[in-house]
Amino acid sequence: MTISKLVLIELWKRKSQLITGLLAITLGIAVIVAIQSVSVVSEQNVARNLDNLGANILVLPQGASIDNYYTSDIDAPTLPMDYVERILTSTIAGVDNMSPKLTRRVKVGGQSVVLTGILPKSEIASKPLWQSSGLLGAELKTACAPNQSTTKSHGFEDEKLKRKAFDTLNTKDCIAGSQVAKLLHLTAGRSVDIMGKDFKVVKILPETGTVDDDRIFANLRDVQQLLGIENQVSAIEIMGCCNAISEGLLGKLRNILPDTRVTTIGQIVSTQIETNQLMKRVTLVMLIIIFFVGGISIGNYIWANVNERKREIGILRMMGAERSTIYMMFILKALVLGVAGGILGYLLGTLAGVILGPYLAGIIVKPVYIYLLWSILLSVAISLAGSLFPTYLAAKFDPHTNLQED
Amino acid sequence: MILQGENIVKQYHHKGGLINALDHVSFSVNKGDFVTVTGPSGSGKSTLLLALFGLIRLTSGNIIFDGKRIDNINDCHLTDIRKKSVGYILQSFALIPYLTTIQNVMIPLALEKIPGKEQFKRAGEILDYIGLSDRMEHLPRELSAGQQQRVAIARSIIHNPQIIMADEPTGNLDPTLSLEILEFMKKINQENKITIIMVTHSPIAAEYGTMKLHLNDGKIVTTGF
Ligand SMILES: Nc1ncnc2c1ncn2[C@@H]1O[C@H](COP(=O)(O)OP(=O)(O)OP(=O)(O)O)[C@@H](O)[C@H]1O
Ligand SMILES: [Mg+2]
Repeated sequence: MTISKLVLIELWKRKSQLITGLLAITLGIAVIVAIQSVSVVSEQNVARNLDNLGANILVLPQGASIDNYYTSDIDAPTLPMDYVERILTSTIAGVDNMSPKLTRRVKVGGQSVVLTGILPKSEIASKPLWQSSGLLGAELKTACAPNQSTTKSHGFEDEKLKRKAFDTLNTKDCIAGSQVAKLLHLTAGRSVDIMGKDFKVVKILPETGTVDDDRIFANLRDVQQLLGIENQVSAIEIMGCCNAISEGLLGKLRNILPDTRVTTIGQIVSTQIETNQLMKRVTLVMLIIIFFVGGISIGNYIWANVNERKREIGILRMMGAERSTIYMMFILKALVLGVAGGILGYLLGTLAGVILGPYLAGIIVKPVYIYLLWSILLSVAISLAGSLFPTYLAAKFDPHTNLQED
Repeated sequence: MILQGENIVKQYHHKGGLINALDHVSFSVNKGDFVTVTGPSGSGKSTLLLALFGLIRLTSGNIIFDGKRIDNINDCHLTDIRKKSVGYILQSFALIPYLTTIQNVMIPLALEKIPGKEQFKRAGEILDYIGLSDRMEHLPRELSAGQQQRVAIARSIIHNPQIIMADEPTGNLDPTLSLEILEFMKKINQENKITIIMVTHSPIAAEYGTMKLHLNDGKIVTTGF
């Protein structure tokens, strides 16, 4: 028998009280961990996805956000396919490359996958418009010498992962992302039923860690037909010439493309950074609230526990327990509560992030193990701060008045 | 002489005025004495018992234990004396409700930081001695009143105290159980040479005393042998 063991036995024998005492702290930490795990992934994801886009300008329908673009919900807005040609036939210079896309989340073989319709290089290149407008001409390329500021990495640039344009993608052919291939057991050469039509898998993409892993790529025309939204696309990805961008390419594009949002990747990234900063501030406010609410709730629990155990404290003091022993007993209890609250909060928050992340933010959230340490430290700090005063009072109790209380 | 009180005064300030719970009480106890303290309700018996080792601080007077004054020493010191040399038995048993019999009995040893193995050995022996070795894993509420008081007695003697302070140890027990407990205390007193100071209301219990103090209104009215 030791006094520490006595503390643990008491904790264990009164489990239900323990749970109520821990509720506020656990939930608080869970919320913070969930927010943090989701936002850290979304930050990484946006940066990674954008880096691998192979484009620096995005044309999106008015009212669509970059998130819409990635999550590809069924009701995500679209823009007319004609816009591609409108850009080509315009006098706007500096558009280096263009890729219209239509994406929708659909069910294939009972699994939710993102179906993306693209135009392969061959089809774009074969368009007389492209040649006549001279967009692939050599003189334009030299005019668009790579500019460091717009091609700089967001931290996840990796040549291997960089999306490569598909040279050909015949009708009724499709290319599967690595994750989709795993889920649906696809291999090159096999066929897959997409919304009632048979497609031949011509290639499985290597794993990239981006949204592409969850996608099936098919010819844009096929996808438009399947989804029944012909001549519409979700976005046009444009590789714009850097000098042209600084000379107002965006504005010119906006003029000829009504009801669209034309943004550079840089803008999207900085918006994302702003969002993340906002999230950080929200987290900070939550942290302060949780510190007080959690601290008060633990303090309240310890105070109730101290009162309930007044007689026991008296008995122990009578038998020769020092004030410091009583103090230590409750501090140890607060410490155990803190550690338990931290671990539970972390598990709950991580679980919430992992389960809700895909639904709420359309991203796959992985546990961030270092948060366990932070959760425990935070929870212990809150618990100790909340327990200090009631514990101090418990140690000060006059042993005999408590003995007489029956 | 093991314990001596000189002119012990304890006053309580209360709304109704000043209460003289102990009013110039003097006595001396020899090693091995079995002292019984009697007196009407409110006469100051419990106050005296608790005051002797600092659970209540005196208003004035001296207490000498084992040749040293203990009324004017600090709380740490007093706590240490209680831990090493005193055992308490109360009317309400004062067991810790969530600990088993053996765990309750081991607490004084835990406070002295005696190794677990030794604790088990000694607790086992004592529980044998008081006939509760088949109730070691029971919680207090799973024991009868008499058994609970026996656990409390075991706890009060496990650390070989010099003196046991008992406040109406049989107050919650029926006459047969009371006799059993009293016989037990007599045995401890005689076999282990532990000095006992026992507060009681019962004339039968009072007969066990080798020295009798009778209190009235905070004063000692008779000292008998
Ligand atoms: N904390 C206190 N504050 C004020 N007065 C007190 C306090 N404790 C005890 N008293 C008073 O001191 C006197 C002695 O009380 P004490 O408990 O010692 O009596 P007792 O002889 O043990 O009585 P009983 O036989 O009923 O247990 C009583 O008049 C009581 O009201
Ligand atoms: Mg009393």
